[in-house]
Amino acid sequence: MKKTYSIFLAFAAFVAIALPAHAQDPAQSLDARVNEAFANFTGPFVSFIFAPIPGTDFPWIVMWLVVGATVFTIYFAAVQFRFFGHAIGLVKGDYSDPNDAGEVSHFQALATALSGTVGLGNIAGVAVAVGIGGPGATFWMILAGLLGMASKFTECTLGVKYRNEYPDGTVSGGPMYYISKGFDELGLPGGKILAVLFSVFCILGALGGGNMFQANQAHVQITQITGEYPGWITGVIFAAVAFAVIVGGIKSIAKVTEKVVPFMGIMYVGAALIVLIVNYDMIGWAFGQIFAGAFTGLGVAGGFVGALIQGFKRAAFSNEAGVGSAAIAHSAVKTKEPITEGFVSLLEPLIDTVVICTMTALVIIISQQLIIDETTGNYMLNEAGTAIATVGDTGGVALTSAAFGSAISWFPFVLVIAVVLFAFSTMISWSYYGLKAWTYLFGEGKTTELIFKIIFCVFIVIGAAASLGPVIDFSDAAIFAMAVVNIFCLYFLMKVVRKELNSYSARLKSGEIKKFSH
Amino acid sequence: MKLVIGLDGQSSGDKALAFAKNLAACTKDCELIVIYVIEWSPFSFQTAEENAQRHKRREEEISIAMERVVNPAVASLTEAGLSARAMVRHGDVADTIDDIAHSEGASQIIVARTSAGGLTSRLFGSSTANLVMNARVPVTVVA
Repeated sequence: MKKTYSIFLAFAAFVAIALPAHAQDPAQSLDARVNEAFANFTGPFVSFIFAPIPGTDFPWIVMWLVVGATVFTIYFAAVQFRFFGHAIGLVKGDYSDPNDAGEVSHFQALATALSGTVGLGNIAGVAVAVGIGGPGATFWMILAGLLGMASKFTECTLGVKYRNEYPDGTVSGGPMYYISKGFDELGLPGGKILAVLFSVFCILGALGGGNMFQANQAHVQITQITGEYPGWITGVIFAAVAFAVIVGGIKSIAKVTEKVVPFMGIMYVGAALIVLIVNYDMIGWAFGQIFAGAFTGLGVAGGFVGALIQGFKRAAFSNEAGVGSAAIAHSAVKTKEPITEGFVSLLEPLIDTVVICTMTALVIIISQQLIIDETTGNYMLNEAGTAIATVGDTGGVALTSAAFGSAISWFPFVLVIAVVLFAFSTMISWSYYGLKAWTYLFGEGKTTELIFKIIFCVFIVIGAAASLGPVIDFSDAAIFAMAVVNIFCLYFLMKVVRKELNSYSARLKSGEIKKFSH
Repeated sequence: MKLVIGLDGQSSGDKALAFAKNLAACTKDCELIVIYVIEWSPFSFQTAEENAQRHKRREEEISIAMERVVNPAVASLTEAGLSARAMVRHGDVADTIDDIAHSEGASQIIVARTSAGGLTSRLFGSSTANLVMNARVPVTVVA
């Protein structure tokens, strides 16, 4: 009873923080004020992260991610292709010791990490990429996904290797741990400072991409069905449910979400396949558009470079390779060989980006929501000249919804449920990532954890009330800021991973590591 | 002779235990292995927080099963002058009992007839039914 009361009090305090002026002002102006204040506050940070390389229009951060993924691919001699089959074997449990039954399996660690990444990035993010960068963005997105598999491999191996295992049997892992412990082990200076810096960005990323972007797009999707209403209402409802789960400890909601989300994912891919099968004669044309757009841009803003930037940006936002978030999720697995979780994790960008994102992109292209100028064969730009003109002037998740709706009229309703559930499961995952970074900074403890959880819920309301532009900019900037620190540190720590890789592959070859008979 | 007794933590398990006790009493040099399997799948979905606490939870689950189900059973068998040992495992109930019986070289598995009805067992069959159909060791089902 006392616990329920204190939870209620905490929630009341959170509502009071979130909605200070609600009683005096009309709701619409609250949305507008939240939006303006938010854009002003985050502007300088966003500008720095997306600053172009001098003399070009190319954001340095995109180059940073691509170079990182390419370096890891070369350094580990295309590990994502060489060990692909082995990764499948690990997920199937072929190499799992039966005596470890009941511990976190490779499959569970992968599924948990995927539920944090598969979500709006795959539905709304791809629509943003294709809507601005044209079909060509898909090509760069797939390439980024394939290269990103090596980044994921590197960070998740380190996540398991340097995790903290506490006497009570719980574990904490992630970049903040491998940066500080790994740097100490190698005798490198600055590990602690970099770990703190990563943690700060991780908290911002959790509040941005892992929270506000999700709340924002869930609200947009709901209004497609219900008609316009103020965003803060969706925000408060989402925040209340999230609050019940992460503060109130109502596990049943999280459990339902975790079980329904994978089926939603399968259903989403299934619906995309139906659209593709119905329009099978256009698949060749769609791939033609993807390849042509990748190298010419087909008239999009910024030409093929515009397509490339959008593709890489949205791929990174969707699969989070190099960002470091997955290392937190994967570090709970039970394995004696940290590298095995690295192999398993490389499947994540493949499923997330190469399969699911490509499906979304193909549906948008094939449904011809993007308007083509018939005389030139290029895409027409909207009035502002910033994105491709679309049927019904849609963007983000609304574009994906319209694309599916043009083939399966009732699917937008299913998509609403999918988006809401995806958004919610991503939020729950990111609340955990953010919390781990928060406790790394401020120490474990009920009060410190409660403070973070309340802040997290407040940002859900802000995210739902703000408009897409500032939210998406801040979300990207915060998540990419994590990648700045993480990839920088991975360059120093990758030799640790190579040592593990060489030792493991030698033992695999010699037959020392073998399958268990089940 | 080795007998494997699969318990389900319910009163029906006591009948299986009593049957095994009588059988063992009539047999010379009989070893009894008492097993309780905690239903678990490596392919279930969990939150990140559940994963982080999984090891701790597993240890708790094992110690509760030992304390409440398996140890009292072993104690009652040893009191009767029989040789018995306990095991708690996670996994699919039917597969795990069969695997242990097979690897231990047991000559018989003794389980209770499950009373569980409901949609799940109608669709997928009960653990006992699955064990009877797939076991590599003779199974006695105690009604």
